Amino acid sequence: MSLPFHECDVLIIGAGGAGLRAAIAVAETNPKLSIGVVSKVYPMRSHTVSAEGGAAAVIKDDDSLEHHAYDTISGGDWMSDQDAVELFVKEAPKEMIRLEHWGCPWSREDNGKVAVRPFGGMKNKRTWFAADKTGFHMLHTLFQTSLKYSSVFRFDEYFVTDLIVEEGRCQGALALEIATGTIHAIKAKSVVICTGGAGKVFPFTTNAAIKTGDGMALAYRAGVPLKDMEFVQYHPTGLPFTGILITEAARAEGGHLLNKDGYRYLQDYDLGKPEPKPVLRSMELGPRDRLSQAFVKEQESGRTLQGPYGDFVHLDVRHLGAKTINNKIPFVRELCLKYENIDPVKEMIPVRPVVHYMMGGIDTDIEGATSLPGLFAAGECACVSINGANRLGSNSLTELLVFGSRAGRSAATFSTRQDTFSTGIGSLFEKENSKFLSKYSADNNGSESIAEIRNEMHSTMEEGAGIYRTEASLKKSMDAVKSLKVRFENVKISDSSKTFNTEVTSALELSCLLDVAETVIQSALHRAESRGSHQRTDFPERNDKDFLSHSLAYKKEDNVPEIKYKPVIITKWPPGERVYGRETKQS
Amino acid sequence: METIEIEVFRYQPEKGSDPAFQTYEIPLNKDWVILDALNHIKDHIDGSLSFRWSCRMGVCGSCGMVVNGKPVLTCATFLEKFAPGPVRIEPLDNFPVVRDLVIEMSDFLDKLQKVKPWIIREEEGSTEEEYLQTPSQLADYKQYSMCINCMLCYSACPVYGLEPGFTGPAALALAQRYNMDSRDQGNRDRMEALSDDTGMWQCTFVGDCSAVCPKNVDPAGAIQRYKVEGATHWWKTLLLPYGKDR
Repeated sequence: MSLPFHECDVLIIGAGGAGLRAAIAVAETNPKLSIGVVSKVYPMRSHTVSAEGGAAAVIKDDDSLEHHAYDTISGGDWMSDQDAVELFVKEAPKEMIRLEHWGCPWSREDNGKVAVRPFGGMKNKRTWFAADKTGFHMLHTLFQTSLKYSSVFRFDEYFVTDLIVEEGRCQGALALEIATGTIHAIKAKSVVICTGGAGKVFPFTTNAAIKTGDGMALAYRAGVPLKDMEFVQYHPTGLPFTGILITEAARAEGGHLLNKDGYRYLQDYDLGKPEPKPVLRSMELGPRDRLSQAFVKEQESGRTLQGPYGDFVHLDVRHLGAKTINNKIPFVRELCLKYENIDPVKEMIPVRPVVHYMMGGIDTDIEGATSLPGLFAAGECACVSINGANRLGSNSLTELLVFGSRAGRSAATFSTRQDTFSTGIGSLFEKENSKFLSKYSADNNGSESIAEIRNEMHSTMEEGAGIYRTEASLKKSMDAVKSLKVRFENVKISDSSKTFNTEVTSALELSCLLDVAETVIQSALHRAESRGSHQRTDFPERNDKDFLSHSLAYKKEDNVPEIKYKPVIITKWPPGERVYGRETKQS
Repeated sequence: METIEIEVFRYQPEKGSDPAFQTYEIPLNKDWVILDALNHIKDHIDGSLSFRWSCRMGVCGSCGMVVNGKPVLTCATFLEKFAPGPVRIEPLDNFPVVRDLVIEMSDFLDKLQKVKPWIIREEEGSTEEEYLQTPSQLADYKQYSMCINCMLCYSACPVYGLEPGFTGPAALALAQRYNMDSRDQGNRDRMEALSDDTGMWQCTFVGDCSAVCPKNVDPAGAIQRYKVEGATHWWKTLLLPYGKDR
């Protein structure tokens, strides 16, 4: 049998915003390099497509890099590395302008300049937007622009199963061609992981079906630590049942959050006083973690409404009028009409907090490099960290440009310096291939249902590692995940076909989810404080003395992950109080 | 709970058997879309059913299928609408079937690349400043930029079915999206790339593509514009041998 081998200079895993931006950066840095882009879905299906509200970058005269940095750092409850944030806010405008030059249809002012809108946790308006389909337009612009580079070769619908690590460096990946069930070896002088988040470890999430933490798991299994995994962002406004996101832009344009009495309850949670018009860094424009936590408190006091898919509150945009709704947040109206059968022009929208984003991810430096030579990462799967303990809305789309680009350039430089591949890949490939075939085939005699393991993981993550956590809840969840991992070893594959076998890919995804789940729980268990999105009812205060550090989760075979720490980098902004909706010394 | 019958197109090439419909009886949950029904089957009845999906919010374009004869996004089509059933679910028309409800769509990706769907200019501007574009200049092409590449228009297109060389509705709409963008100067390049497309002239403005488009892109309108411009371009090359002007 001839082995399907491929070679490229840089291999990018994941073809969403970060992966495509990285590919373009490699092509621009060194046009001689061959670039492989491998993704389990066609690029335009990547989850970047679902981002709605916008992307932050300082471009207006009344704004400043200093403000963007401070909003990001205070929003992240001082867990962000400040050197990374400073670099991020500085490079953001250039990256956004490049995307403009590549054709992104940004919404405009009458004079033709790019328009900006307010967003949660921001002192100034700085969110660029393409109506409320910003991620969709960014992804398609990047994808279509990537098509002009002949040095980019795509492996569409290939699922990466393993990284190739030889001679102490990452030298490519093994990937399952989904259409045929064949494993390919793709050798590469460097690899960039850009596979996005892992919202699917939780039952109720805005994340697409594909967000299963595959890249995080690949790096983790190769010995690279996952950083700050305890920080999981709940977005305060998801539609019940589907988890479809109602963008923060709905609140930025003036939408109100109301409890069952029609009361703007956020005023009771130190988020400012209700004003008829939206006020920056106040009330509905407070940060996501605080808003989601306020929901739980309202729920505990019996002031939320009850529905078939859990408790909810109302998001009211009716007072904005049909014209503003249609111009500024048309997708909100489309989604409500199509999926919830309600018209936000006339009715209030039921919403509840929903898992949205992983602040944590593969530990990288500001160049996108991991601790494994030749392996880089960018986007949601990575943790630089600019997002700290709570990401500011509209920083993630900008992040994938800035750090996608940086990781691409770093990988290009790394690959340019490497002459040869190591030779031992053939035997590794044979070994992995046979291991894979025995585990993920209908002949494995497994009996455990994929859907059942997944459902049980969902329940235990929501119960034990949700918005509020305790030592007891986390320990219980860890026990549950441990036993699910044992059961997964006996997973049942009923589909014997090699052709487009989505049961095999579901099993592969579940194995990644279980690895990610254990890092979330263990990191949360060790962080005995409350900070940003990580709230421990048994340790309700932030504790800078002991925990102004990033957690690093290392994989241990047949055991829970080992947690180590490294200090947060502080440059200009010493840890302070997070103040929203009232005066602060730090203005 | 009430139930409904779903008839799903099944094709597994390795089994060597002809395609057939398989019937599943599932709960008629009023909150479910067709895609939820398929996931119910996959998770609880038959793990071997293959289909694509991802975002479940009508923007990733993965889950297009033919439901009771009409190409739709299955995530945006409620199951209850088809009560009491049965509901027949098939892969999109006009594409080879890989397996079950999964079509082979690399032809579209080749065609998309061929129309050069990127901004063409002699030089990219400085990263200090955006190109200016007024809201009305944005409105000129915005509609064509909304294409999610879901392939429903190809499934509905009578010409693509007969003339596989036809660039097709979505790719042509995306070519127009760049042609009409005030920042772009690539109209002529794209016109040349399309000069060998005989299919375009067979498009009769039936408009099936626009009727099924879930994002109101109106590819039929884009194609008609192209034909008018294409005809002008052809006349110019005929009458003005030195007319290589920009």
